Amino acid sequence: MLDTLSAPLIKAVLWIAPFLVTSVYITDITRITMGHMPFRRARLSPPRLGAGKASEPSAGADDPLFMQLTNGFSRLCMLTACLLAWMCLPVLRGAEAPYLVTYGHRLEEPGNLEIATHQVAGSPKGGNSFLNTLMEIEYGVKSWWTTELYLSGQGTRHEGAVFTGYRIENRFRPLLREHWINPVLYIEWVDVNGADKSLREVVGHDTFEDQLEPNSETRHERKREVEGKLILSSNFKGWNVSENFIAEKIVNHAEPWEFGYAIGVSRPLAMKAKPYRCNFCAENFHAGVEVYGGLGTRHEFGLRGTSHYLAPIIAWTLPNNTTLEFSPGFGLNQNSHGVLWRFTVAREFNQFGRWLRGMR
Amino acid sequence: MKRLPAWLAAACACLGLCLCPALASRKHLTWLERANADPTAARLTNPYAGQEDAVKAGEKLYQRYCSSCHGTDLAGVDRNPSLRSPTVRSASPGALFWLLRNGSLERGMPAWSYLPPQQRWQLVTWLKTME
Repeated sequence: MLDTLSAPLIKAVLWIAPFLVTSVYITDITRITMGHMPFRRARLSPPRLGAGKASEPSAGADDPLFMQLTNGFSRLCMLTACLLAWMCLPVLRGAEAPYLVTYGHRLEEPGNLEIATHQVAGSPKGGNSFLNTLMEIEYGVKSWWTTELYLSGQGTRHEGAVFTGYRIENRFRPLLREHWINPVLYIEWVDVNGADKSLREVVGHDTFEDQLEPNSETRHERKREVEGKLILSSNFKGWNVSENFIAEKIVNHAEPWEFGYAIGVSRPLAMKAKPYRCNFCAENFHAGVEVYGGLGTRHEFGLRGTSHYLAPIIAWTLPNNTTLEFSPGFGLNQNSHGVLWRFTVAREFNQFGRWLRGMR
Repeated sequence: MKRLPAWLAAACACLGLCLCPALASRKHLTWLERANADPTAARLTNPYAGQEDAVKAGEKLYQRYCSSCHGTDLAGVDRNPSLRSPTVRSASPGALFWLLRNGSLERGMPAWSYLPPQQRWQLVTWLKTME
């Protein structure tokens, strides 16, 4: 039995490990930037020598290894070495549309599993900086149906960390041929608490002030929402243009329907593939820009009191089906955060469904 | 009688629309029949026919995108079809390009329209050399 399990287990570890390393790497960079982790471990100054007392060794020299690894510099060096070694492996998968908020009409290939972490960091005016992590597990059920589960948590400076809830999303493609404009229907169930800062979409009168309330209060609020999107997407000569119209309703409170939008444009940096394998070819990079924001509520539809963002995007496909995406979202008005820093690490497992069924 | 909440009615309508692909899948035209019925597919010519670089690039793209379903040797994996079949061999480059753009969603093949047309032609170029 061990022989039967060992090959797929080893393969699973080799697939998952680079993804985890990259996720930890990016999280550490963010924590260091936001001051949640020291870059260098501070050495305790030796006590003054008194009569007859020997000096004590400075802290750090005899620390256990795991304590030395809380030093941001040490961790980054280790992770950088792993990442560089891993980058030498040949690319197996090309990049897809790189949006972090907008959706296109491309669904997950049937039987494929994708695991991703979506991070968003911000520093609201008059509030504490935060980092929200949204873990996504996406599975291609059919070529016209993709289902996803999200788990969300956030950490806010001086306020601690909290698990905020989950989302279940389904996307359906009703038309089975390519058209000039391809519709996809999106429906999502959201069950989070008030501390959620994933900012997966901006709707209604969402503003940066929603992230000012302390976790100690917001974690006890419960929000259950139904969200629908009409996704319209077009591919033309390598360019993708996608438009999303968002409608969201909180079902456990007497709140009106809220609306929002997201529009994205992207293309690969090279249209033709190189005739050889390469990790840094232009074809492995995607660039784009997206605009997203709120459109008010059913009672007060429009742009008044809403927030909007303009976000350039860059995406890079790394070896072994992993994609890195980065996008700073610049607030366009006084209701918006100054900048929302978004980055995503995604890893795709081809034909995971078949592997589960034991056909591999 | 209580009225259905508006959000629930909207959700049910969306679910009903989402069932369209399941209903549409009852049509049994093959991809080749659909490609041949499309007048634009017949007019398409491969701009990279016979180019060695395009063949090599196409092979790389095949291994990257297609081999997990159709096999590294084009023989097909599990229920996914072989690309060495007479249907594929006899298909015109335009028909193969049409298939890559549209896929065959009712049979489980996704559309690859997000790939630039240049990369789809590179794939077609390599596939035709496999004859």
